[in-house]
Amino acid sequence: MTTRTHVNYEVKGDVAVVRINDPNSKVNTLSIQMQKEMTEVMNEVWENNAINSAVLISSKPGCFIAGADINMIQGCKTPEEVTKLSQEGQKMFEQIEKSPKPIVAAINGSCLGGGLEFAIACQYRVATKSNKTVLGTPEVMLGLLPGAGGTQRLPKMVGLPSAFDMMLTGRNIRADKAKKMRLVDQLVDPLGPGLKSPEERTIEYLEEVAIECAKGIANKKISLRKEKGTMQKIQDYVMSFPFVRNQIYKTVQGKVMKQSKGLYPAPLKIIECVKTGVEQGPVAGYLAESQNFGQLAKTSESAALIGLYHGQVACKKNRFGTPEREVNTLAILGAGLMGAGIAQVSVDKGVHTILKDTTVEGLARGEQQVYKGLNDKTKKKSITSFERDSILSNLTGQLEYKGFEKADMVIEAVFEDINIKHKVIKEVEAVIPPHCIFASNTSALPIKDIAAASKRPEKVIGMHYFSPVDKMQLLEIITTDKTSKDTTASAVAVGLKQGKVIIVVGDGPGFYTTRCLAPMLAEAVRLLQEGVDPKKLDALTTGFGFPVGLATLADEVGIDVAAHVAEDLGKAFGSRFGGGNVEVLKTMVDLGFKGRKSGKGCYVYQPGTKVRDVNPDIGDILEKYKLTPNPSVSSDSEVQYRLVSRFVNEAVMCLQEGILNNPLEGDIGAVFGLGFPPCLGGPFRFVDSFGADKLVNKMRQYEAVYGNHFAPCQLLLDHAKDSSKKFHK
Amino acid sequence: MLNISINFAVTFLATENRMASMLMNPIRSCSVSSSWAVRFGARSLSTTAQLQSQVQTKSKKTLARPGVKNIVLVEGVRTPFLLSGTTYADLMPHDLARAALQGLLKRTGIPKDAVDYIIYGTVIQEVKTSNVAREAALGAGFSDKIPAHTVTMACISSNQAMTSSVGLIAAGQCDAVVAGGVEFMSDVPIRHSRKMRKTMLSLNKAKTLGQRLSLIGSIRLAHLSPELPAVAEFSTAETMGHSADRLAAAFGVSRVEQDEFALRSHTLAKKAQDEGLLQDVISFKVPGRDIVSKDNGIRPSSMDQMAKLKPAFVKPHGTVTAANSSFLTDGASAVLVMSEEKALAMGYKPKAYLRDFVYVSQDPKDQLLLGPTYATPKVLERAGLSMSDIDVFEFHEAFAGQIMANLKAMDSDWFAQTYMGRKSKVGTPAMEKFNLWGGSLSLGHPFGATGCRLATTVANRLKKEGGQYGLIAACAAGGQGHAMVIEAYPQ
Repeated sequence: MTTRTHVNYEVKGDVAVVRINDPNSKVNTLSIQMQKEMTEVMNEVWENNAINSAVLISSKPGCFIAGADINMIQGCKTPEEVTKLSQEGQKMFEQIEKSPKPIVAAINGSCLGGGLEFAIACQYRVATKSNKTVLGTPEVMLGLLPGAGGTQRLPKMVGLPSAFDMMLTGRNIRADKAKKMRLVDQLVDPLGPGLKSPEERTIEYLEEVAIECAKGIANKKISLRKEKGTMQKIQDYVMSFPFVRNQIYKTVQGKVMKQSKGLYPAPLKIIECVKTGVEQGPVAGYLAESQNFGQLAKTSESAALIGLYHGQVACKKNRFGTPEREVNTLAILGAGLMGAGIAQVSVDKGVHTILKDTTVEGLARGEQQVYKGLNDKTKKKSITSFERDSILSNLTGQLEYKGFEKADMVIEAVFEDINIKHKVIKEVEAVIPPHCIFASNTSALPIKDIAAASKRPEKVIGMHYFSPVDKMQLLEIITTDKTSKDTTASAVAVGLKQGKVIIVVGDGPGFYTTRCLAPMLAEAVRLLQEGVDPKKLDALTTGFGFPVGLATLADEVGIDVAAHVAEDLGKAFGSRFGGGNVEVLKTMVDLGFKGRKSGKGCYVYQPGTKVRDVNPDIGDILEKYKLTPNPSVSSDSEVQYRLVSRFVNEAVMCLQEGILNNPLEGDIGAVFGLGFPPCLGGPFRFVDSFGADKLVNKMRQYEAVYGNHFAPCQLLLDHAKDSSKKFHK
Repeated sequence: MLNISINFAVTFLATENRMASMLMNPIRSCSVSSSWAVRFGARSLSTTAQLQSQVQTKSKKTLARPGVKNIVLVEGVRTPFLLSGTTYADLMPHDLARAALQGLLKRTGIPKDAVDYIIYGTVIQEVKTSNVAREAALGAGFSDKIPAHTVTMACISSNQAMTSSVGLIAAGQCDAVVAGGVEFMSDVPIRHSRKMRKTMLSLNKAKTLGQRLSLIGSIRLAHLSPELPAVAEFSTAETMGHSADRLAAAFGVSRVEQDEFALRSHTLAKKAQDEGLLQDVISFKVPGRDIVSKDNGIRPSSMDQMAKLKPAFVKPHGTVTAANSSFLTDGASAVLVMSEEKALAMGYKPKAYLRDFVYVSQDPKDQLLLGPTYATPKVLERAGLSMSDIDVFEFHEAFAGQIMANLKAMDSDWFAQTYMGRKSKVGTPAMEKFNLWGGSLSLGHPFGATGCRLATTVANRLKKEGGQYGLIAACAAGGQGHAMVIEAYPQ
């Protein structure tokens, strides 16, 4: 017998306990080696007459099987190769499904993608009710579909609506929910300390329970025919009518088209596979699944999404090493939207957080925001009210600098005015200990200007969070040439603890993200002046793949902030940032149209209703600054490229100037911070796939009409000249 | 018996939770205990004097310390512990507490104004008598000049009452204190929903008919659904039985081990009852009913019968059942605690010294019921004793699985080092010294009253068995625990 490294088994009584453990990784993936050994082991189990049933379990705490090996899929040259991989997977799971000896999947930790498809091919599933146990089919988020029988088995198991929901959103399902959905058959509670560590003993306990289940199924004490609830029966009955099913396909298709604007092929293919399987039977269904899987794997969308996945993983690591001291006490200045948001994502990680404001009203509002953020989680039952209260005990709200002598880091989120920032930095430096880091959550002011007031510029850094802080994943960290490496390492460590995806960029006006956004916003203002309605502007940008339309985005960010930034960056970068007239924004601010926060911006916001109308009063302003559009560059498509090319050009320029360390962080920052279309994978991947030369040609065309706002930067020109140059290899 | 156990299971399911108690026992014990029983039988024939002289000679210095006041347990009594919903069903908590107090008065003959203070422990409070100590004391005929207060600390509430008394005496504030505990599960406060309460409270303040009508009109069907007393640990929302099942699983305690321990508890309790050893039990004439003079939850069953029960909390693979858990109980207890000087001056012969005690607390989620494991080594250390010095163990038996888990934890160096920051394990109590007259599993567990029962039982057993040191330990909701060393009073 050859030695196996990934899959092994032992026989306990008449039950084979099959253990999976990839020795080279923290998680188990269905790699070629894993599949090969699994097949060998299962054949031995089936051949062995002393074995009547089997339990499939992972030896890794926190991971059952996290999915298929992405590199294996990416390694394939053609769709046909990928299709073949899919068919091999289908075949293996078909054998599992038809196993004459019952197989119980014992799930602890992530059971995702191919892992879930494996589990649902088994006869029975037992899962630990732990927070780490999640089930799901995240393939769609990588532009793929569940290609090993998932599109065929899931609808049978959980019903069409739930199956669509799982496969189209890719969301993680916790164990207790999975039980309710009948995705798992039995739950096992995680155990506390005993004679072994809780993790170790919990896996043992899971195995013991699973073995009992396997025995029970083998000797028919446990029935595999599940009692269906009344609702389930009604649902099944309703689903037996073809017109009902057709209605579902239609509704789901409509929803997908509405949300994806048809820019993402995977969801549509998922619907197609499910439909084929349900309406034409398994043979056609499995075939459709494997073929579509092959096709999807080779789409640019999938490549973009997988690129983002890898990028995200890379940006969750601290490339600056471990900081000398951990930040245990964090002080935040300013309890506004940002300050309170930062506090919220810090307290729930166990960081003692001081939230300081200058007024009682401001402080109360900020503390209420943190409370509400956590209380919403209790309403969703992701934490208990007790946990909420105990998390909040990490928060100290105050008006004075008391306790700052213990702070390891101070993040200021005060008003964006360099004089106020200077005042604050001086006040803070008078009370903090020498090791304490001073971070500024500015979105546009250069950090070196802020650090000019500091006695210890090596301890000053920028930490640019995005609003709303608890929802937006990105954190842009800005270092000056004086910022020490340990300061950077510490800021990254704090951000990672807060659950952020982090890019670290160089200093300069607008850093990376704000700087990319500004020219696009300038172009948007010009479009408004040219008579494009805000709704039309939103439609054009979302139609290109931005999750939020530009007019809406401006309202969310705040028209005042946008005006401020446009003016500052306009001064710093000159005419390249021109286009729209800043006065449009300024006039709006003067009239109180500051965006959502003031109730009026591009749109009118009324509490309690989601329907928004265009603010009728901006018509007059736009009339005043009206421009005549040039028809040669004003088609819908040209308008989209006018917006995007300015964004992309500025991003490439940031790389050229060394603001960005690498294209990967540029892509992550644009997608996670600014909503650059994920299907394009970020500005740099977009240049690669769209073609730098094509983009340059377009820009030249616009440049002829509008001037140097559209002048392509040198790096972009280099790439245009040499088509072998790519940002991503 | 089958019928009974089904009823039992139902009652248990309907209400159990959030109370806790505890107990300990290690190893499967039936055979051990039977051989022990023989020995014990033999012993009880011999004269007390003989026994005591034997024991006294082989031991053991007293735990008295210079500068520390000697505090004694003069006497302890309790009402019979009854399954809730039985003979006590129509009483109120203070009725039970009053019965215990009257029993103590009768047993000790102490003048009704000779007590300085009265403290009672209780867990589920009757809102009408929230200071149940005071209501019971007044009704029992104690002088109305004696202050009384009520404490709550889950299943160690009456331990807290006793140690508070010790504190008062040690501080020189009092010389004679009555401590006790009461729990009445036949009736628990069931409230209107919060919304309904809010409406009703607003109704009080409504001035006009119109306001009243609009408030009444705002009542919806959902407002009428009642709010039962929380059945779960507040901080974790987990019921105690569920936690006990997980604890048993964490320590690898099997169903058979649990059932065996539960059977041992019932068997020993039956024997103690039959032999008249449970002398702390007083007779109680229940108004409108007969005189009650015996605990009614003691039911030795068989392993086969017990094996038939389904798990009560963790389904379908759990191991904690109605039969190996303590049941919902009504009952009250009382003890008279005095300074030694005062007791002797009043002509009493105390039963025992109350010596060192500790309270501990730990994670209420995963270590909810491990109080004895944490408390035992600490209290032994304080007293300068080791496990083998102890002659009598009385541990609160909340669940058989919880006792077994504690015994395994106390026997694990790894656990002591990893979770308790100790160099090594404390070791397990010898089973032939452990809960020999039954425990909470069989006698019953009125949450607030169990602590005094444990202390009185230790005192009575020390006397009966001729030992010198006794140890009580208990777990409680909230992840808390308690242990106390009790020393026999020289004869």
